[in-house]
Amino acid sequence: MRRRNDPSAGGHAGDQVFAGSLTLFGGGVLVVFGLIVLVCVQLSRPAFAKIGFFHFLAGSDWNPVEDSFGALPFIYGTLVTAAIAIVVAVPVSIGLALFLTEMAPARVRRVVGFFVELLAGIPSVVYGLWGLMVLVPLLRSSVQPALGKAFGFVPLFSGPPLGLGYLAAGLILAIMILPTIASVSVEVLRTMPSSLREGALALGATRWEAIRMAVLPYARRGMLGAVMLGLGRALGETMAVTMLIGNQPEIHASLFAPGYSLASVIANEYAEATGAIHPGALTGLALVLFGVTLLLSASARLLVRLSTGQLRSAA
Amino acid sequence: MKEQADPMAAEMPRAVARRTPSPYRWRRATNAIMTGLCALMVAIAVVPLISILYLVISRGIGSLSLTFFTHLPAPVGETGGGIGNALVGTLYIVGLACFIGLPFGIGAGVFLAERGDGKLGHAVRFTAEVLSGVPSVIIGVVAYGLVVMPMHRFSAIAGAVALGILMVPTLARSTEEMVRLVPRSLREASLALGVPAWKTSLFVVLRTSLGGLVNAALLSVARAAGETAPLLFTALNNQYWNFRPDQPTASLTVQIYNYAISPYEDWHQKAWGAALCLLLLVGLLSLTARALAGRRQTGPA
Repeated sequence: MRRRNDPSAGGHAGDQVFAGSLTLFGGGVLVVFGLIVLVCVQLSRPAFAKIGFFHFLAGSDWNPVEDSFGALPFIYGTLVTAAIAIVVAVPVSIGLALFLTEMAPARVRRVVGFFVELLAGIPSVVYGLWGLMVLVPLLRSSVQPALGKAFGFVPLFSGPPLGLGYLAAGLILAIMILPTIASVSVEVLRTMPSSLREGALALGATRWEAIRMAVLPYARRGMLGAVMLGLGRALGETMAVTMLIGNQPEIHASLFAPGYSLASVIANEYAEATGAIHPGALTGLALVLFGVTLLLSASARLLVRLSTGQLRSAA
Repeated sequence: MKEQADPMAAEMPRAVARRTPSPYRWRRATNAIMTGLCALMVAIAVVPLISILYLVISRGIGSLSLTFFTHLPAPVGETGGGIGNALVGTLYIVGLACFIGLPFGIGAGVFLAERGDGKLGHAVRFTAEVLSGVPSVIIGVVAYGLVVMPMHRFSAIAGAVALGILMVPTLARSTEEMVRLVPRSLREASLALGVPAWKTSLFVVLRTSLGGLVNAALLSVARAAGETAPLLFTALNNQYWNFRPDQPTASLTVQIYNYAISPYEDWHQKAWGAALCLLLLVGLLSLTARALAGRRQTGPA
């Protein structure tokens, strides 16, 4: 705890004004949070009143013309693409983080670190453009036919190779969340006391054994937090997914098939939604997305903080 | 080796103590394989990045010309034209957003650094962290509800409200970090000279961290300039020049999106050009921020 800056505080009008305005700004963050909840609840009320909350969540028909709104295809698409992203991105980014902190010489570390930063700084619409022009044709012409040939008996990899669909969206998400997971993991690994690593090495462990027995068990919780942060980003990512998922409000078992996600239907239909029910239903989807990402991001932050905080006090 | 490990059993993970040593050669091979795998992961991660940068530059550079920067988009079916209005629109919307995002973000950050150890401070810090994970499209919905609905029209100001709100949480956190870097002795020296606490905060502490604050602000502006989703249904788009805050306004990102999903080859070409423009803009802001940060690190902090 930090003491008050000025021991004779209370007398100075300037201090009170300064502290008051600072508190106002700080409170502004809480107000923003309140506004998000308020606006989302307010706007989605007409739709929930007409359709019913659970009917809305479980419904799988989305037809704005007939005022029929079900969230299921979007929830499904969001979860499937995020799952693909996690499966692909986690091994790559953890490997990257381990390489950066445990193995690479300083110069390589700086170069790769810079690349990861660049990757994080590219706007998502540019990822979408690249995905549309490079990734989708590649999937359609070679990857999907090959996968279909090898694993076509699994429903996940059956069906015509369309290019646009869950797989394309999931892969672009994997590339986009990679820097998030990698950089938070690096942060977690850096706070680990080096005595643990050195202890393992001194006992004769090879570098990999030191990582497996001393580093990973210690950093596990923080890395889980990193993965959850990445998952949160994957769930909420909008533009790249909108451009690659195919935008069909349907549920398909095949990863090659086109689908839709929560964020992308909001992006696509919000500007053109008229009346109260259609924008209401879209805001309802936003509310679902908000709830899920909020929960994830809160627990991820707690995990990372617990992990790095605990490490710091142990050091 | 096992005997040596035992006393450490409480400190070290149990696996170390329990493990029966396997042949050294095998262990070294595993080590080499895993190191190779991690290096492979680095390669896998870097390939898309290089591909993206290479294509944006090589395909985009052909579009860049004076016309491209200064003209309005050509109507469907005609070649030529430019993205002048989108470029100006992005600068306009982001500029407006700064009026909201910068004071609130920096103010909240200073609050966290100066008064952030109480209950309110912890609540604000945690909320800011959580808010930075909220998808930007949801902030767009909020701006729609707050600005577009009451005004009954899409407008630059609605887009600016969305981007401004988006800037606050991350800027608050990075501002706090920057302000906390200021050595405590500086503050104490000022207070010991009898300077009131508020003057100390403003003219000693904040003055010292000014470079860091500019750096944080530039990074958040760069991030805002790259946003698309919250602009789609707030600022919308515009085929023409617009400098009125209450009218729909074009932006680089929305223009890239529209060009990319169109079926026309000429528009794809323009999308790459606009993407190169956007990367240059964002990169320039980040590089400036980086240069400032580099200069700061040579100081005593």
